[in-house]
Amino acid sequence: MSMKNNWKTIPPFHPEIDYARCDYKNGCTICAHECSWGEISLKPEKLDNGTMVYKPGANLTSCGSCQRCVKMCPYSAIHIVNSPMYTSHGYWTPDYVGNIVKQASSEGGVLMVGNGATGPQRRYFDHIMFDACQVTNPSIDPLREPMEIRTYLGRRPSKWDGEQYPLLKLEVPIMFGAMSFGALNLRVHEAEAKATSEVGTYWNTGEGGFHISLRESYGANTIVQVASGRFGVSEDYLKSAAAVEIKIGQGAKPGIGGHLPGEKVSREISETRMVPEGSDALSPAPHHDIYSIEDLRQLIYAIKETIEYKVPISVKIAAVHNVAAIASGIARAGADIIAIDGFRGGTGATPLQIRQNSGIPIELAIAAADERLRQEGIRNQVSLVASGGIQCSSDVLKAICLGADAVYVATPVLIALGCGMCQRCFTGKCAYGITTNKPGLAERIDVDEAAWALKNLLHAWAEEIEELMGSMGINAIEAMRGNRDRLRGVGLNEEELRILGIKHAGA
Amino acid sequence: MCGIVGIINTDRIKIDGSYIREAIRIQNERGNGLGGGFAAYGIYPGHKDNYAVHIMYQGGKHSEIIKTVEAFLELRTKVHHSDEIPIFPTSTIPSGPYFKRYFVNPLKEQIPVGQSEDDAMVDIVMAINTMGDAYVISSGKDMGVFKGVGFPEDIADFFRIQDYKGYMWIAHNRFPTNTPGWWGGAHPFTILDKAVVHNGEITSYGTNKRWLEMFGYFCMLQTDTEVLSYIFDKLTRKDGLSVEDACFVMAPSLWEDIEYEKAEKKKLLRQLYGQVIVNGPFGIVLTHSGGAIVLNDRNKLRPVVCARVGSTYYASSEECSIRLLSPKVDALWSPRGGEAVIVDLAKEEVQ
Repeated sequence: MSMKNNWKTIPPFHPEIDYARCDYKNGCTICAHECSWGEISLKPEKLDNGTMVYKPGANLTSCGSCQRCVKMCPYSAIHIVNSPMYTSHGYWTPDYVGNIVKQASSEGGVLMVGNGATGPQRRYFDHIMFDACQVTNPSIDPLREPMEIRTYLGRRPSKWDGEQYPLLKLEVPIMFGAMSFGALNLRVHEAEAKATSEVGTYWNTGEGGFHISLRESYGANTIVQVASGRFGVSEDYLKSAAAVEIKIGQGAKPGIGGHLPGEKVSREISETRMVPEGSDALSPAPHHDIYSIEDLRQLIYAIKETIEYKVPISVKIAAVHNVAAIASGIARAGADIIAIDGFRGGTGATPLQIRQNSGIPIELAIAAADERLRQEGIRNQVSLVASGGIQCSSDVLKAICLGADAVYVATPVLIALGCGMCQRCFTGKCAYGITTNKPGLAERIDVDEAAWALKNLLHAWAEEIEELMGSMGINAIEAMRGNRDRLRGVGLNEEELRILGIKHAGA
Repeated sequence: MCGIVGIINTDRIKIDGSYIREAIRIQNERGNGLGGGFAAYGIYPGHKDNYAVHIMYQGGKHSEIIKTVEAFLELRTKVHHSDEIPIFPTSTIPSGPYFKRYFVNPLKEQIPVGQSEDDAMVDIVMAINTMGDAYVISSGKDMGVFKGVGFPEDIADFFRIQDYKGYMWIAHNRFPTNTPGWWGGAHPFTILDKAVVHNGEITSYGTNKRWLEMFGYFCMLQTDTEVLSYIFDKLTRKDGLSVEDACFVMAPSLWEDIEYEKAEKKKLLRQLYGQVIVNGPFGIVLTHSGGAIVLNDRNKLRPVVCARVGSTYYASSEECSIRLLSPKVDALWSPRGGEAVIVDLAKEEVQ
């Protein structure tokens, strides 16, 4: 291999250390130990008094701005800066140039990234405004009056029959979205399980199985996933949870499967996933027993038979162009819940081109699916869960007004645990110990502390949702669902307003 | 704001419309002259087995739509009798839309298998309402609605409601806020024999409306109250809920209380009918041929007072309306938020 074309890639960020604040002369080397990327190295230095110390310095090779060193430096002596501009071209931005350099210098290769899409597509949530009470009806102060945000998910009949259907009871209309064991480590799973069971909502195991040690304590607040790789799926697994989710696709990578590299498949992961230790765990792009909707129906009923119709079955799909028709088909195939994941949804690893260019925004997808299910008179047969790009509590409530029953959030879970959105989850080097199983890194997550942070997040969003509902004079979240009357669009064109089913502000 | 009054006699003793005219007039403080209306039960004893369809033609007597509506009625129903609803223009209401009433029964052979005469009638009403410019104001048996834009006593005089005798009357005095003041938007709102007058604002309208659309009810009258009569019809007639359960569904107890009471049926009802919760402040009187219901929102954000004088029951936004008609009462009380007062004519009992 010739080295001639092996151009050096220029990392977009690097740490700058303010040595006037830095305490390395007294032996502090925290930043270098905290950096799991190899960006900060220590160079020996002899002080005037003869003591040998180690001076931290940037290598200018591998910084991704995860901010771990910044957050951990006790002296606030570090900050991350952008590398100087290395292209003056307005069209050939550093992203595109850098990617080409990377691809030209390896023997073929698909660019991989973590987290959700970063592109400039419109964030519709920002163009949707809530109504509020003025004069003609009183707003409600949630600190003084009861405010109910409990939500039930699952199939319901179109008229009263006195039967109890299997439903999920959510005390807040927010669940934690699927992130697998393998992509995350056991500590993060336990923190999610602990937080959701204390708050009264659900977390989703993702496709990597449900660790045996968590099943008894947290099964009642767990949704287990059955994905194309069928990792960890057994009768016990299906029966251990409050709901089973068939994962067809995900917003960050519609139409493709997953890949957990062999080096991340440790003994525990191998046992839970039921794959050999050290082997790559590949989920195929499609389920090879689902090539059509009638096959999905068979899988739904195979699982329902196994679990004796005791818990609801969810089907998760990526938000794609024809999402409304697909949702209708899934409802008729027997699903009790449909989770729709918008293109902004996160992931541990996805090909860059898929992440940036496939799928559609969740706001449009959920509005279209809800409307179609109502037109067909089958909206009561399924609950809709929106996910993929939910960034704050008002997004949650807007999604509910557009037609969702509840939402999944996952990137906010990671951020609550420290994540700095550096997009390198697939490397297994996560400096926060979230997306890694490496000893020494995974221990950076303290289960109790992490669960505490997640509970705080759920409580904070719940209170904000109550405030918003109170300002609209609504004290039961059921009365928000599909209540597009209380939304108005700002700066949206007629077609966008039609799809969202809302009027423009002023109308 | 808005004012409401209901008068029900459980012995079915009829009174003429002049009483309720006075009862609602005295509440003019609660209205602004942009809407008044009345519903009366027992007014068409000669046609008590026919659906009395009151239709408002906005375009007037020569409106093109009249021919279309009448051709449609001929096609789908047996029209036993039809005439203009008599009107008496006054100095305050010199003119209004054109009103006709038709006494009909859906043609048996036109009713789809598995549907009742009532179902067919609901379809016919929805079809006429979506034709444009023709609005079914009421469609029940032996009852009728008279409503329009004006103070209620002017509307009463416009239709001369003192010429009608009924055993159950409701009235409304409108102060429109969120929706326009037009003749179709005045209360009561009806479907079949169910009529409702409403003081308040339904913040859950969007949710309720879209739920109803799934079951073939279309809201065309631009006013939130419309959903109430449709919800009640769907719950009691189509889904077979009791009146009590229907009231619970519209203004349910808190989850906390349901759990404390271990009320299994209430839990199931709320799980199933979440989108039927009527949120926002409201006080309503809802009448149907079997009786009447008085209901407040869960937070009791609107006034309603009830009273009994012998076999006559009153409900009103203001006590003065009741005292005007009957200075002495046998009982007088304010129902709590979410607690329905149900008058059942068949059982002659009140809860």
